[in-house]
Amino acid sequence: MSKEWPLWEVFIRSQHGLAHKHVGSLHAPDAAMAINNARDVYTRRNEGTGIWVVRASDIASSSPADKGPLFDPSNSKVYRHPTFFPMPEEVKNL
Amino acid sequence: MRDEKLEFLFRLGDTALVLSQRLTEWVGKGPALEEDMALANTALDLIGQARLWLAYAGEIEGRGRTEDDLAYLRDAHEFRNVLLVEQPNGDYADTLMRQFLFDSWHLLLLDGLAASADERIAAIADKARKEVTYHLRRSADLVVRLGDGTPESHRRMQRALDDLWMFTGELFEADEVEQAVEAQGIARGVAQLREAWLAQLQGTLVAATLVLPPLDAWMQRGGKQGRHSEHMGFLLAEMQFMQRAYPGLQW
Repeated sequence: MSKEWPLWEVFIRSQHGLAHKHVGSLHAPDAAMAINNARDVYTRRNEGTGIWVVRASDIASSSPADKGPLFDPSNSKVYRHPTFFPMPEEVKNL
Repeated sequence: MRDEKLEFLFRLGDTALVLSQRLTEWVGKGPALEEDMALANTALDLIGQARLWLAYAGEIEGRGRTEDDLAYLRDAHEFRNVLLVEQPNGDYADTLMRQFLFDSWHLLLLDGLAASADERIAAIADKARKEVTYHLRRSADLVVRLGDGTPESHRRMQRALDDLWMFTGELFEADEVEQAVEAQGIARGVAQLREAWLAQLQGTLVAATLVLPPLDAWMQRGGKQGRHSEHMGFLLAEMQFMQRAYPGLQW
């Protein structure tokens, strides 16, 4: 049965203020059921405040072969890291 | 007065416990991983509810029996669950239809109990109805999908509804126990739930293209008084095996 259902990628937001994070995938016939299934498969241990589901086939992905041209040029540019600023203690989740 | 409340708590606890046991039979055998886990989650919610009801029953009874003693060391005639929940899983249509008929009644029942004059009952019901709200959302959704699905799924869902229909009358039967707890303000009268239940059922069944069986059909009864179907002994034999074979076993 599940072989006929499309694959969905599941993103869970664990707390307000945090981004939705990819947690895994599942099979479901449509978005509504994908959300129900995501609730049952991925939020059993009190993980969530929000769920996104996206059809896996709708995700465009970079090719592993492009790794060099895409990512290597930023390797040596430490000045792009915002580590030169003092961060206030109160600011969480950055 | 105490005895009626105790009897009523057994009905609540045993109904949740027995349905939980039935759903647990699906673990590892669900038609899809996602369905398997959803049923297991529902079973866990129900066993949590059963523990709360039966622990309270044990306290009121005052014979020192814990919820485990009550679950594992009573015989079939001492169980007070409704007949609907002990019916075999059958195929997935049977399981889902049983769940939907139960959930839609269960939520109405808990909504009433959340306003109970007994604070402990009100607190348990309030916790449980959040879980059951989701159970109903899920089972109603699947009833619509499969009822209004393929000719094969439609046929199976209609058959499941027709087969299980005779076990729904008992849900709304107000015997002297139910009348007594209603008079004490512990529970809303179950007979009053029927109209709201039917209205909700109609809505879902229309969307599912399923036909409601005759309202005046003959109904089975007896589970709430301890008279069970032949399935009950087998269910308990499996559920209680460890405690019966190895009394007092812990792990």
